[in-house]
Amino acid sequence: MIEVKNNQCIDLTDLHSVPYDYFMDTAVAQKFRCMNIAARRNKENIDAFILMTSASSTLYLEYVEFKPGKVYPSIGKTVPSWINFERELAENFGVKYADNPWLKPIRFPKDACHKLSMAEYPFFKENGSGVHEVAVGPVHAGVIEPGHFRFMCRGEKIDHLEIQLGYQHRGIENLMCQGKIASKRVLAESICSDSAVINSYLYFNILENALKITVPERALAIRTIAVELEKAALHLSTLSGIANDIGYVMGAAFAGATRTYIINSLQSICGNRFGRGLMTLGGVAFDIDDELNSKLTDTLNMVYDRVSHLRNTMMESPGVRSRLELTGTVSKETAAATGFTGVAGRASGVDIDGRIFMDNPFYKQQPETKYSFIRKGDVFSRTCLRIDEALASLKLVLDILKKLPSGAILSAECGKFASNMLILSIGEGPRGEYIHMAVTGPDENVPFESYKVKDPSFINWFALALSVRNNQISDFPLCNKSFDLSYSGNDL
Amino acid sequence: MIQSLRLFFKQGRQYIGNLFTAQVDKKYRGFPQFKPNLCTHCNKCISNCPVQAISEDLTVDIGKCQFCGECIKLCPSGAATFTNFHHTGATDRETLKITPGTTPEEYEKNAIQIRKEIVAMFGRSLKLRSVSAGGCNGCELELNATGNVNFDLGRYGIDIAASPRHADGIIISGPISCNMAYALQATYDAVPEPKIVILLGSCAISGGVFANSPELDRDFLEKNKIDLYIPGCPPHPLTIANAILAFLNRKK
Repeated sequence: MIEVKNNQCIDLTDLHSVPYDYFMDTAVAQKFRCMNIAARRNKENIDAFILMTSASSTLYLEYVEFKPGKVYPSIGKTVPSWINFERELAENFGVKYADNPWLKPIRFPKDACHKLSMAEYPFFKENGSGVHEVAVGPVHAGVIEPGHFRFMCRGEKIDHLEIQLGYQHRGIENLMCQGKIASKRVLAESICSDSAVINSYLYFNILENALKITVPERALAIRTIAVELEKAALHLSTLSGIANDIGYVMGAAFAGATRTYIINSLQSICGNRFGRGLMTLGGVAFDIDDELNSKLTDTLNMVYDRVSHLRNTMMESPGVRSRLELTGTVSKETAAATGFTGVAGRASGVDIDGRIFMDNPFYKQQPETKYSFIRKGDVFSRTCLRIDEALASLKLVLDILKKLPSGAILSAECGKFASNMLILSIGEGPRGEYIHMAVTGPDENVPFESYKVKDPSFINWFALALSVRNNQISDFPLCNKSFDLSYSGNDL
Repeated sequence: MIQSLRLFFKQGRQYIGNLFTAQVDKKYRGFPQFKPNLCTHCNKCISNCPVQAISEDLTVDIGKCQFCGECIKLCPSGAATFTNFHHTGATDRETLKITPGTTPEEYEKNAIQIRKEIVAMFGRSLKLRSVSAGGCNGCELELNATGNVNFDLGRYGIDIAASPRHADGIIISGPISCNMAYALQATYDAVPEPKIVILLGSCAISGGVFANSPELDRDFLEKNKIDLYIPGCPPHPLTIANAILAFLNRKK
């Protein structure tokens, strides 16, 4: 096991595989949280590069070789944050686990190692008198991505919710390893459109580390502005949805209109409302000149004022509070064990913030987060947290705009392509911890031999299933909206 | 109460009064205008386009185009440009292939063929069922935005229906993944006749950046007639609004 840093290039020849049993004992004893597993076929064996973190946020990398036909004991059985990664390895590479409690298909890709079709998903079954099931999706009543939800209920009370995803699977990770490099940026932006900025940020981090390019400070500032605007936009879109779901129409209209200002600001920087096309190799494609700077500052000051006003009005309204408080609670213990990140984790009291891993000076100057409410892990906590985080993001953007570093927006230097390396890229985006991992190919024409993306939703979807237990079906839309998870990021 | 009234006051007037004349930001990449007289035939734009949307004679297929701006960045002579013109919806797939020299006005004049029976049936009210089939949530968010307080397409009687049984047609976003092919067909079958099909975004129209992925199943598009194409990655809400309104002959 080696200690690693974010953005580090790790020479694959320096890594030596360890026996699974030895590795498992350490992971279970130390209760490591699994962050991502990049795997590839190596003749008959499966090479797995496992990125994990300790309670003190130290990153560790481990290299394990899985052999075909052998059955492995599951780490997920004792440390739940590993369950989904083991499911992924089983589906994509046929790794066999003896006692993983939830070894079901995830994305149903064409080349899956199981032979199940979408219609044969093995749902849990609940028996007994008065038990009934409610099935919803994949096509929903609204403009929402597809996913299938199955509630097991007694009366109106939900005992368990099982979520079947995979409808959006379009093979991003495989496409990343094929064809010309030019299409990869668009592909990274298409992982999930409301996280397009953070995904392209992480993608270019990998490429820039492979080519030893240092991004100029001004470009980094503009990148950070875009990341934070994207975060604020998603939080407000969620807030609009929550307000809409509880019939607080004024709040829904207000938050929706405020979000438009933010994404239009992104459009005025780079020509796209989701920040597509902003990032480029070695910097950013669009500069913020003085005129745009003052225009942005004015707009965002106004947005900041609007959001603080909404917070004071909406979150103090007795009607809103009584509907949101103690609905869809996820306890701190559960959140910590299952490894929820982003708002899903922080609202329950688990302080995981991917920004501590990011090599970004603008995040280093941030004051420690103070929470203005008691974090109980309910819809109310998540809603408050979203508004507070949107305000913090806007404030950070305004600070950066005030002292926008001068200089170039594109790096002129470009080193030799680092081949056969494992490169990590971790960042905090709108939904939590985003991680890209790549094994680089021989040269720039075949940049990646394997590319692994982890969207925080991959882990956080389970938070939704847990939050609705013992709530009513009518609470589900509200809980769902408060997490606002990505289907396309999960399904890739 | 007073707080709520203040909120109401602060909200102000947010709606766009005239959706037809509203302009988008000048940096927005909408309608391509490639200039053959400036072109040095370096072929950089053609070979580096992620979706092969540009052909030898500089015809740009906006049904494929991702509007990523890679061609603008690479063009040494400034021949590759995009204007912020955003009324790009069309009723014919071939119209989306824009030959160099076509002006936005010329394009808009012929892009949408108004059909009498469509106007008679859906002209005053159109309820659509949205099917996201492998999309990245970009088109979905922009389609949602057409219903928000800014764009408010509901004022023209155009809404998203909560059930296919209540819908007059479907609007498809995303490249249509294998895993969604069945659900898409089932939704279409559940919509009562007569019905229309709208394709939203480059992925739905051509497969976009996923066109070569083995995980797609686009048979549905072979079997059914497509009534309206709305290109973009994602299309701006104003593009969506103008395309649908022109199609219903509401643009007056």
